Amino acid sequence: MRTTAVIIGAGHAGLAMSRCLTERSIDHVVLERGEVANSWKAERWDSLRLLTPNWQSRLPGFTYEGDDPDGYRTMPETIAFIERYAEVISAPVYPNTRVTSVRRTDGGYTVSTDQGQWQARAVVLATGACNIANVPAVAEAVPSTVNTLTPMQYRNPDQLDSGGVLVVGASATGVQIADEIQRSGRPVTLAVGEHIRMPRIYRGRDIQWWMDTAGVLDQRYDEIDDLQRARSVPSLQLAGYADQRPIDLNALSGIGVKLVGRLAGMRDGKALFSGSLKNQVALSDLKMNRLLNAIDEWATGAGLDDEVGPPHRFEPTEVASSPSLALDLTRGEIRTIVWATGYRPDYSWLDVPVLDRKGRIRHDGGIVESPGLYLMGMQFLRRRKSTLIDGAGDDARDLSAHLASHLDEQSARLPLPRRVPSGGALAGRLREAFVYAG
Amino acid sequence: MTTVAEKQVNNGVNVDALLGARDALGQAPEAAKFTWRATNKWVNGTHSQTKVKEFFGLGEGQSHRQEFTFEADHPEIFASEDHGATPVELVLTGLASCLTAGVAAVAQFRKIQLRSVKATLEGSMDIQGILGIDEDVRNGFDGIKVKYEIDADATKEEIEALVAQSQKRSAVFDIVTNPTNVSVVVN
Repeated sequence: MRTTAVIIGAGHAGLAMSRCLTERSIDHVVLERGEVANSWKAERWDSLRLLTPNWQSRLPGFTYEGDDPDGYRTMPETIAFIERYAEVISAPVYPNTRVTSVRRTDGGYTVSTDQGQWQARAVVLATGACNIANVPAVAEAVPSTVNTLTPMQYRNPDQLDSGGVLVVGASATGVQIADEIQRSGRPVTLAVGEHIRMPRIYRGRDIQWWMDTAGVLDQRYDEIDDLQRARSVPSLQLAGYADQRPIDLNALSGIGVKLVGRLAGMRDGKALFSGSLKNQVALSDLKMNRLLNAIDEWATGAGLDDEVGPPHRFEPTEVASSPSLALDLTRGEIRTIVWATGYRPDYSWLDVPVLDRKGRIRHDGGIVESPGLYLMGMQFLRRRKSTLIDGAGDDARDLSAHLASHLDEQSARLPLPRRVPSGGALAGRLREAFVYAG
Repeated sequence: MTTVAEKQVNNGVNVDALLGARDALGQAPEAAKFTWRATNKWVNGTHSQTKVKEFFGLGEGQSHRQEFTFEADHPEIFASEDHGATPVELVLTGLASCLTAGVAAVAQFRKIQLRSVKATLEGSMDIQGILGIDEDVRNGFDGIKVKYEIDADATKEEIEALVAQSQKRSAVFDIVTNPTNVSVVVN
């Protein structure tokens, strides 16, 4: 089968790109291994809500129209939102079509799937940043009496044995799961490495409102000093609780979660924790206060001081004077370990040599080194908001424009018999339709 | 229109060279693999002498400008002759030197002029551990406290951030706070 562009993945990013290609009359298909919004359906825990408020899910040609703009979508609501988007934009989605290989061919790519093969001149990788849950190497040394699971396998506390739980990792996933498990009556120990403390509400406004209004989320990848760092910072300690309560380490300590340092090793059945917890929380508090200072300065400059609440600061993060450095996993006190140690994309099916030594795709703002190949939905891909639903639109607009110009240039180089002899913009579109209609 | 004069800061750290090295080594990760070496000789009693000179890095053998010698011993209350610092004090020395070097480098990078940096370290230890009196007491420090006094052209928060960032990037801080596999063999 032939098409001009193949989009792999029918999540919000792939669908936003589909909509932009449709606007440009670029013939394309969206290949989806499962159903629309698949990872939201199959790979998230039950209680998860989006970390961004409802108003902030703006997709090309589609926005929130409900009566709770400041609320946070549940998973069923998120799934319904994305499914509705696919319908509204009439995205040409091929569900249950798993891509098994993408290879470079003359003038484009061959995309092999379990439902047959596609030839395309351009391919957009919209398979997301979170396909595989990271599990640290020390997991191998965990005693077999302790159950271990990743956030992708975790659904709710009822699936866990009663007894203690060690949650490893204190970013968005780890803090939310720790909160829920502790409240279920299972005592939680939380291993805390580098993390980003972030209030849900500041001066009466959602932190996402501040970052959106001040233009922080629009900050571009080519304006950043240390892009590699910006692309690897941990997720913000946020939750989308209906009551907007904070989910920082103080809140967790307050309900009885025990904080320890980063999981640094495993020896003789004992988990060993780093002695760096104090510095980790100090770094995080300093970073948060710098952000709040910047917000205050910006608010004054923008004349917003009368519209929002007064500036205030949060209590410094409290940690024990000597946090535990070891936890014996053989004593039965800990029944379960949850690895909330991040996610990574899966490119096992990508047979184009564009990966760096750490397995990341080499790209310039989503334009992959291999002509006609594009990437979406990765951290700080083109903007700070690139991984948000709200970030897919601007990235899709930019990358679809590049994709279109790539097709134009490529067409100009095609051998004569394949070209439709005519000039003008309309002809360009027609050319697309004709050359690849067969 | 206003112009901001480029702030002149000199802490004696060549940040451009460090950043250049960071870029270069990011491209050639093999060259970033270093091996540090020390040789130690027993002198008498608890007194020993350690020398450092050669190390490996940037893909080849390297050398200090000269050989450095460190004496280590124990004080007289341990029935020793006190020819040098105790090994645990040398650990504090390593930690302090590493953190202070980091403070200077980060300050230079952040364009903060340092006037004085002073650190006081305390490692507390229950010696029932090393004497084998109580198996529940560990041999090493039960905690280390580092107190910095820094006079610099910066706010209190900026200075706190310097010290925090220095810990984040410190080799010895990492060695002290995280477990390391140690293999000791006898030839």
